[in-house]
Amino acid sequence: MVDIPTSAGDVIPPAEVADVELYHPTSWWTKYVFSQDAKVIAIQYSVTAFSIGLVALVLSWLIRLQLGFPGYFSFIDADHYYQFITMHGMIMVIYLLTALFLGGFGNYLIPLMVGARDMVFPYANMLSYWLYLLAVIVLVAGFFAPGGPTGAGWTLYPPQALTSGTPGGRDWGIILMLSSLIIFIIGFTMGGLNYVVTVLQGRARGMTLMRMPLTVWGIFTATVMALLAFPALFVAAVMMLFDRLLGTSFFMPAIVEMGEQLKSDGGSPILFQHLFWFFGHPEVYIVALPAFGIVSDLISTHARKNIFGYRMMVWAIVIIGALSFIVWAHHMYVSGMNPNFGFFFATTTLIIAVPTAIKVYNWVLTLWRGDIHLTLPMLFAIGFIVTFVNGGLTGLFLGNVVVDVPLSDTMFVVAHFHMVMGVAPIMVVFGAIYHWYPKITGRMLDEVLGRIHFWVTFIGAYAIFFPMHYVGLVGVPRRYFELGDTVFIPPSVHDLNMFISVAALVVGAAQMVFLFNIIWSLFRGREAGGNPWRATTLEWQTPQTPPAHGNWGKELPIVYRWAYDYSVPGAPEDFIPQNQPPMAGVSRAHT
Amino acid sequence: MVVVLVLGLIVIGSVVFHLLSPWWWTPIASNWNYIDNTIIITFWITGIVFVAVISFMAYCIFRFRHRPGNRAAYEPENKRLEWWLAGSTALGVAAMLAPGLVVWNQFVTVPPDAGEIEVVGQQWLWNFRLPGADGKLGRADNRAVTADNPLGVIRNDPAGLDDIIISGAELHLPIGKSVRVHLRSIDVLHDFYVPEFRAKMDMIPGSVTYFWFTPTRTGTFEVLCAELCGVGHPQMRGTVVVDEPDAYQAWLAQQQTFSQLMAAVEPAK
Repeated sequence: MVDIPTSAGDVIPPAEVADVELYHPTSWWTKYVFSQDAKVIAIQYSVTAFSIGLVALVLSWLIRLQLGFPGYFSFIDADHYYQFITMHGMIMVIYLLTALFLGGFGNYLIPLMVGARDMVFPYANMLSYWLYLLAVIVLVAGFFAPGGPTGAGWTLYPPQALTSGTPGGRDWGIILMLSSLIIFIIGFTMGGLNYVVTVLQGRARGMTLMRMPLTVWGIFTATVMALLAFPALFVAAVMMLFDRLLGTSFFMPAIVEMGEQLKSDGGSPILFQHLFWFFGHPEVYIVALPAFGIVSDLISTHARKNIFGYRMMVWAIVIIGALSFIVWAHHMYVSGMNPNFGFFFATTTLIIAVPTAIKVYNWVLTLWRGDIHLTLPMLFAIGFIVTFVNGGLTGLFLGNVVVDVPLSDTMFVVAHFHMVMGVAPIMVVFGAIYHWYPKITGRMLDEVLGRIHFWVTFIGAYAIFFPMHYVGLVGVPRRYFELGDTVFIPPSVHDLNMFISVAALVVGAAQMVFLFNIIWSLFRGREAGGNPWRATTLEWQTPQTPPAHGNWGKELPIVYRWAYDYSVPGAPEDFIPQNQPPMAGVSRAHT
Repeated sequence: MVVVLVLGLIVIGSVVFHLLSPWWWTPIASNWNYIDNTIIITFWITGIVFVAVISFMAYCIFRFRHRPGNRAAYEPENKRLEWWLAGSTALGVAAMLAPGLVVWNQFVTVPPDAGEIEVVGQQWLWNFRLPGADGKLGRADNRAVTADNPLGVIRNDPAGLDDIIISGAELHLPIGKSVRVHLRSIDVLHDFYVPEFRAKMDMIPGSVTYFWFTPTRTGTFEVLCAELCGVGHPQMRGTVVVDEPDAYQAWLAQQQTFSQLMAAVEPAK
């Protein structure tokens, strides 16, 4: 055990903090629609993200139908297929995962977990959501526009994204996609500044940075990264929109398209790739870091044990966040950039594996000598560790520049990133919802439905993406509408593809069980009480459940200890809330 | 204890799947067996880590599952264990990175005696250009592309006149001769991808990219495009034939040079 001296937390007196700065709703509209309460905004963000996520789910079904059963479904032609994969990817990465982790979980959890009444700029916070909704509407408008949405792949590489050989390249598709991204980034910036300033300035007394739950650390670091990374995508989107609408040549060189010499000249397609991945790689961690933080808290709470190596966990989050800004070109090993970059980017990429591995060890070591309750959040946390370890390890193949050469642009890459930034973070999303739903609604989610949901999703997702690596190892390229008669692809690959497609349909269907559970439990779920998991963090210590606007009663909580006082020797219970003053006879092993 | 059982099955199942999988890479036809070896090393290291971490987790879940009266230990940190784990991870990473960078150095260093060819991608077919008798490829530019001059070879560059133009037909290469492949595109991004050669690289309109390899096995190989290039992407196929030197020379003799092609076009105008 470490011995850290007692901090000033013991002597700070309680004090009333008036909530005069909050805008209290005066009507139904300002309470439920144009609300400035971060908790309502969080629910608005989450419902919107899940709604658009359902579209992405249906698109994944259509993609798998085509790949598993090519030629059977005449309504899926090549144009549609490329539109489906593009929209599926963009929705999942930006409009579902980023929006849900930061706008959803960030809004709900940051003020509650740091002991604030609300975000520091509630009005900008509200605007953030409405701009996000507008971005989603513009994105969806692509489906109804002439020519349909863009089919350029979610990476939107020019010149292809702007040419007539790509669906939406010369129609509305690419314009709507770029516009939607621009709106999303403006909206996100308003929310993101809120999350950062609230964590830095809005913490309750006694809540030092090194006492914050890792959930807050993860979301905070991810938000700082997003504020630095999204501007790169923003300028790329603006320049590309200029190329498309005004005929500029930022990314368009002199090209001959379908026998016709285009007017563009002197632009650099590879500059777009650098801008895109300068955003795109941090984006992976913008999704992953909140998941890392949340899963740490799920494991700790449900194993009734402090997170192992808290300080190392915080530093690992910060180091991963910083390093992720100098690894972007590992997405471009075979892009034709100067090949000498490969030495640098392979080295930085593999270095990032070390802090990441430390996080995995510490999660597993938290289980060691714990008191593991196999609740739904814990099951999803275990599912996360399995899929994240698997997906992280295949990252060591693709990050190691020369190994990437044969594997890049094959299904191996698709399998890798789905496992590591699709399945793994989504496991955490589900775990987090099973964990915090009782606080949000006052009711528990149904246990039996939850277990069905977990087992089908976990085993099913593994059955989809583990074998897919081997499809890529054979050499099957990604983004192929159909494989046709390719000599080196044996018939068994088609059988495997069929198996993967069936698994994908089943896993998708299991999500309907989850949706049903969410709605059903809202009315019929078991009453949860204020702290059903007997957790230490502040959000479980609110005077009301669900928490009222302003979160706390007259007095803000005072924090006396870190977030992980589980099973402290000598304590009467196996958890001590963060706002519990020091007790006689309980050893103080950690502040 | 279903979880422990399932985790065990996942570990065993993944290893068995890997060992028995009929889905494995194509028989290699180039000098890049170093790449295959690096992948094998990576499979071993990552496989051991995967089995160790998941098995240990399954053991913890079994051994420390909740039973009435249980209480977890309280151990916030263990500096020695944490640094020991970080150190051994760094070692494992270095064991994969070092051979990777050595092979990458070979990959980016074209041998001085390598021959040169050019591959030009366009939606959705492959063109090739070989240096003629002078051994040099003439300059080319997308701005010079016309219906008669699909590769945009610059007409007043003497080095280009004897270049051999192969438009939309198969490419032949002699076995055992290293070749530097210059890559160009006249429209969008493409990627010259022959799985059996292992090496691949994107082609970017406005730039010339490259990679090199040595064909080590005769045969006919399918060329695919590995960078999304529009709706015709999956149909963008070509053929590379690796020949014995005699057969290669016989094929070469039948090909047309740039000046022959131009001469065939001019009188018509």
